[in-house]
Amino acid sequence: MKLARDTWLVFQRQVLLMWRTPIWIVIGITQPVFYLLLFAPLLKKVLAPMGATSYAEAYQIYVPGLLAVLCIFGGLYTGFSLLGELKAGIIERSRVTPVSRLALLLGRALRETVGLLVQAVIITLVALPFGLRVDPGSLLLAYLLLALLALMTSAISYGIALALPNDAAMAPVVNTIAQPIGLLSGVLLPLALAPMWLQRVAEWNPFYWAVEGMRALFSGHPGDSVVWQGLLIVTVLTVAAVFYSARLFSARIR
Amino acid sequence: MIETKGLRKSYPSGKHGRTVVDAVRGIDLHVRAGEIFGFLGPNGAGKTTTLRMLATLIRPDGGEALIAGADLLADPAGVRRRIGYVAQGGGTADAVTGREELVMQARMYGSRKADAQRQAEDALKAFDLTEFADRHCSTYSGGQRRRVDIALGVIHSPKVLFLDEPTVGLDPASRGQVWAEIKRLRAEGMTVVVTTHYLDEADALCDRVAIVDHGQVVVEGTPEALKREISGDVVLLGLAAGEAQPAADALRGQPCLHRLEPGEDGLRLYLDDGAAAIPLLLSVLNGAGIVPGTVQLQRPSLDDVFLARTGRSIEQS
Ligand SMILES: Nc1ncnc2c1ncn2[C@@H]1O[C@H](COP(=O)(O)OP(=O)(O)OP(=O)(O)O)[C@@H](O)[C@H]1O
Ligand SMILES: [Mg+2]
Repeated sequence: MKLARDTWLVFQRQVLLMWRTPIWIVIGITQPVFYLLLFAPLLKKVLAPMGATSYAEAYQIYVPGLLAVLCIFGGLYTGFSLLGELKAGIIERSRVTPVSRLALLLGRALRETVGLLVQAVIITLVALPFGLRVDPGSLLLAYLLLALLALMTSAISYGIALALPNDAAMAPVVNTIAQPIGLLSGVLLPLALAPMWLQRVAEWNPFYWAVEGMRALFSGHPGDSVVWQGLLIVTVLTVAAVFYSARLFSARIR
Repeated sequence: MIETKGLRKSYPSGKHGRTVVDAVRGIDLHVRAGEIFGFLGPNGAGKTTTLRMLATLIRPDGGEALIAGADLLADPAGVRRRIGYVAQGGGTADAVTGREELVMQARMYGSRKADAQRQAEDALKAFDLTEFADRHCSTYSGGQRRRVDIALGVIHSPKVLFLDEPTVGLDPASRGQVWAEIKRLRAEGMTVVVTTHYLDEADALCDRVAIVDHGQVVVEGTPEALKREISGDVVLLGLAAGEAQPAADALRGQPCLHRLEPGEDGLRLYLDDGAAAIPLLLSVLNGAGIVPGTVQLQRPSLDDVFLARTGRSIEQS
């Protein structure tokens, strides 16, 4: 109860702060739409070997990957905003109060998650006129998967921000984590195009399963085992990431 | 109100974190209810580290503390409810107003929305912040921001308030305002622990002080009692560069001198009756061919207390 109340409190404050910096909203909306529109002409040719013969089919493969990369990278980079709050003493001020430490993390991570989901909905809507078709039930499951991805990567990112001894280390660490994850999850293009050894490596990347799950949902196969496998893997990792970072929120000594 | 025994904290340091800095090496404090307690010491003495331990922000490596009846290690949540803490750098967000921050703070302490709004309104009035309460914190002057910080620290009417360097970087008028608020809080029955570099402020405004150095309490007591230990006066001789050493050599052994300390731009002499001794001291110096540029007679300050105990000065560090 107190956790829910405190999380809502922190969430509301984070939403307020986002409205007060509208530039982020503008960037948040235009950036994914650009991705969608600028890649469109390339898609059909590139994805032809995957059996995409029309724009609609190309989008079926490309959009779920784009949504996943949006949530994974959006989440991983959100820790940078925490650095500013740490420097301004806002986290320290909160930690002296009895407010739940888990709520300090969850309120922030959920704000980020909601923001990323709004972007995901916009991208889906923009892709519809290009022929993207996906049934509503699968789409809701896909959004659930995306929300978990965003929550997990945000929690990881806050954890990195809290655990690192200094701010300058944040950018290289996050980049080093994000790049292989992005490449090996086949987010922008499916790993089916990759050589065999690379696919083997990718299978050890939890985000690969998430992306495969997304693709199954968007191609109208919600019953594929990769869907529940992806959901399960991501759920477990999300819980672990949230608890790890919440511990840092209460024990952090930096 | 606060009793600490042997509080310790060390941090890993060095390039690979293999060595440690002993930031706090066994601090014993006795703070009484309803007093303004000054926590003084040079840079890096361990003041902030001690305050952050008492505010439950970092866990001590050792020692114990009882704050307003709550045990720091066994009941940190109880401590949190009883204390307020204002960090050295404050803690307001730029893009929200002072009023919004106060409401948020009250709600983090568990108040319902309507109650929090009323608490914020009361705090705005008490701290005289109404005029700029609805402007973003980024537009506040240093003094305004500091007063908002303090108002945030006491929104839940704590028994004990910790203030880390509340007046650092402020102009004299704003410092006066901050101290007026601190005295008002004491009048309302709050116990206030405040760190400061400004020893004259601490001297004038604190009921009792503890001076720390290298993570340990050097001395604790009322400013008057501490200064009384340094009996007598201080005579300050302003000397040209390079003259301090020969002057010290010439004066050493004079029976009226208790101690002498070379300083940045002269010598500090500790003696019983400064006014009577000055003519003699000057004639001795003249005999050695030294003519001081200035001569000042002072009562000992808290810095002299520190100097007498450690051989170093806080204000010149
Ligand atoms: N997070 C940390 N990691 C490593 N060393 C630290 C850390 N925090 C403080 N220290 C070291 O501990 C010592 C005490 O620091 P502290 O901030 O408590 O001093 P202070 O008395 O508040 O000084 P100042 O008057 O400059 O504010 C210093 O040597 C400082 O460098
Ligand atoms: Mg300090």
